[in-house]
Amino acid sequence: MTYEKVNELNLKDTELRLGLPGTEQAKEEQEVSCVRSNKRQLQSDNEEESTPPTKTQIVGWPPVRSYRKNNNSVSYVKVSMDGAPYLRKIDLKTYKNYPELLKALENMFKFTIGEYSEREGYKGSGVIPTYEDKDGDWMLVGDVPWDMFSSSCKRLRIMKGSDALALDSAL
Amino acid sequence: MDRRFPFKVLEHIFSFLDVNEDRNSVSMVCKSWFETERRTRKRVFVGNCYAVSPLKVARRFPKMRSLTLKGKPHFADYNLVPDGWGGYAWPWIEAMAARRPLLEEIRLKRMVVTDECLEKIAASFRDFKSLVLTSCEGFSTDGIAAVASTCRKLRDLELRECIVDDLGGDWLTYFPETSTSLASLDFSCLDSEVKLSDLERLLSRSPNLKSLKLNRSVTLDVLASLLRRAPQLVELGTGSFSDELDPEEISKLTKALSELKQLKSLSGLWDLLPEYIPVLYSVCPRLTSLNLSYATVQMPDLIDLLSRCSKLQKLWVMDLIEDKGLKTVALCCKELRELRVFPSGADLDETDVTLTEQGLVSVSEGCQKLESVLYFCVQFTNAALVSIAKNRPNFRCFRLCVMEPFAPDYRTQQPLDEGFKAIVERCKDLRRLSVSGLLTDKAFEYIGVHAKKLRMLSIAFAGDSDLMLHHLLSGCERLKKLEIRDCPFGDTALLENAAKLETMRSLWMSSCFVSFGACKQLSQKMPRLNVEVIDEHPPKTRPDSSPVERIYIYRTVAGPRQDTPEFVWTIHKNPEVGVSRLSIR
Repeated sequence: MTYEKVNELNLKDTELRLGLPGTEQAKEEQEVSCVRSNKRQLQSDNEEESTPPTKTQIVGWPPVRSYRKNNNSVSYVKVSMDGAPYLRKIDLKTYKNYPELLKALENMFKFTIGEYSEREGYKGSGVIPTYEDKDGDWMLVGDVPWDMFSSSCKRLRIMKGSDALALDSAL
Repeated sequence: MDRRFPFKVLEHIFSFLDVNEDRNSVSMVCKSWFETERRTRKRVFVGNCYAVSPLKVARRFPKMRSLTLKGKPHFADYNLVPDGWGGYAWPWIEAMAARRPLLEEIRLKRMVVTDECLEKIAASFRDFKSLVLTSCEGFSTDGIAAVASTCRKLRDLELRECIVDDLGGDWLTYFPETSTSLASLDFSCLDSEVKLSDLERLLSRSPNLKSLKLNRSVTLDVLASLLRRAPQLVELGTGSFSDELDPEEISKLTKALSELKQLKSLSGLWDLLPEYIPVLYSVCPRLTSLNLSYATVQMPDLIDLLSRCSKLQKLWVMDLIEDKGLKTVALCCKELRELRVFPSGADLDETDVTLTEQGLVSVSEGCQKLESVLYFCVQFTNAALVSIAKNRPNFRCFRLCVMEPFAPDYRTQQPLDEGFKAIVERCKDLRRLSVSGLLTDKAFEYIGVHAKKLRMLSIAFAGDSDLMLHHLLSGCERLKKLEIRDCPFGDTALLENAAKLETMRSLWMSSCFVSFGACKQLSQKMPRLNVEVIDEHPPKTRPDSSPVERIYIYRTVAGPRQDTPEFVWTIHKNPEVGVSRLSIR
């Protein structure tokens, strides 16, 4: 993944992320090739955690060819649309940029989205795509570079109706 | 009276022997049979490229037309073997080029192949027909271009999951300008784009092409046009299946696919979108092989596809198929022989992908012909394994990967010993087994007692003591390949069963309790074994009691190899100095 240099500041330095195994950060995590000492620990660990902790990476486990791992990363996020009876799931990795994502969402939920501008957000259609990032904050889709978005997006919510109108006029 | 069969008669009889195992047995009967057999063997298979010297092989088989070689240990697939370990194709290609210029086929697996190798192949074998490289690395698209342009009779060019220095799509233009004799082309592992017009032209002048596997960068909008130029395809690997198509394009693609009347095998399907599944409906009823392992499509869309594949014999899919999907497979795919379920890497907690042991139980119940399984699952139960064994005593290959190391039966908290016992007891023809989950020495006692036909066994995070290894080495009579990681095995079992190791192709052990001293002892005791210690961070001093990180032991008649890198230690190197070239033979 490449990060844009904004004002000569490498965004990667300020990034907070929990990467999936196989992504760049995972290599820096502790790699152990032997988990003998953890034997009993793993068995008794039943606690549910709200955010998955960075797992200690075991080299070569599970035994999946690295060729397959690299080609196969999946990152599903739930997508909700205000007023729709059920949620959908999409794999963010299948999109390369915002226009592709928005088009897919438009097709999925049968709406048209207004034009995005940095200053005014999405104008015109009363539909505003938002997402929840790793910190739990709700953000407007489109503000940050695509790579940063796709790695920090946890779920999507397409606001419409009165909520959206209120936002629209506030902006 | 000369009681020997006349040479010509023997030769004729032996010409009917296809299977190399039979040929090997035949060649050991007596000297004249050995001589006759070796003069008639056309297809030569060498399971470990370091077990014998290229020169010997070249000399022994004057009629050799096909050579298959394997290099690195299997665990290299999972990054357990450092780069530079070895497995170089060059000495073999050089030897064959000099002595067997009529060689037509070279098949390599897990070997280092350079552009120089490929150029040598192109330059040396005038009738060269078939190049199949699986999990190889070290070459670029320039080498491919050399083969494409020079081997005028080239029939098969298959790059299966290789790591290639991809310099661009030009290599495709190097095939002969007039018609080609291509029957099979697989470039699915390449990254860069090939020009559509180049590909179209190639297809148009390759009337014999039966198998075509595109790479991911071939987009969906061009697929129809390609297929129209190759309606005779039996195997198709598509490119990306997620690009946007308008209704007219969808209709054209649907039609083009329906025209592939001979199509039996479908793969590729990268990022297959649910809305494109109906496009595939027309080919489903004829399919015998379907590889969905790169298709990130989920349930219930998968059911729409699989319920139409009644002739399916081989299915590779991701765990996105869930238990529900496997139930459909059990109901609809009655011809299924091979099933592989790969982990999607989806965080299972978050995405509610429910693939459990039940999925495999369903398939084992419904698919009577199922004989080969690779199944990744988070956890398992003994009861499920017992059911599976009861349902399918015809398993030949059973590889279960319980992804949580040391995971017990999640219902009873017991080790999975009894489950695997059922498998080896019932499946009398089992050739290959991978075990996982919490296992004690008992499991291995059972395997040693029952798995008499077992050839290959993979073990990780299992066992209590050295006894486990002893059970295996003394019990499994046909064992040829054993690979073990993270198990508490040590020196005793290894040294006590040293002779067994000469009956096997290889033994891999990593993160176990084998000592340096034992490695030295084994090397000294067994001169026909190469004992290689792999250690990327060697200590300054190495007392005999110090544990070794990784060892790879294999039988060989070629003596110690001369191409070991710094991090591979053998007894023939001086440990103090680091590297030496002590040549014993």
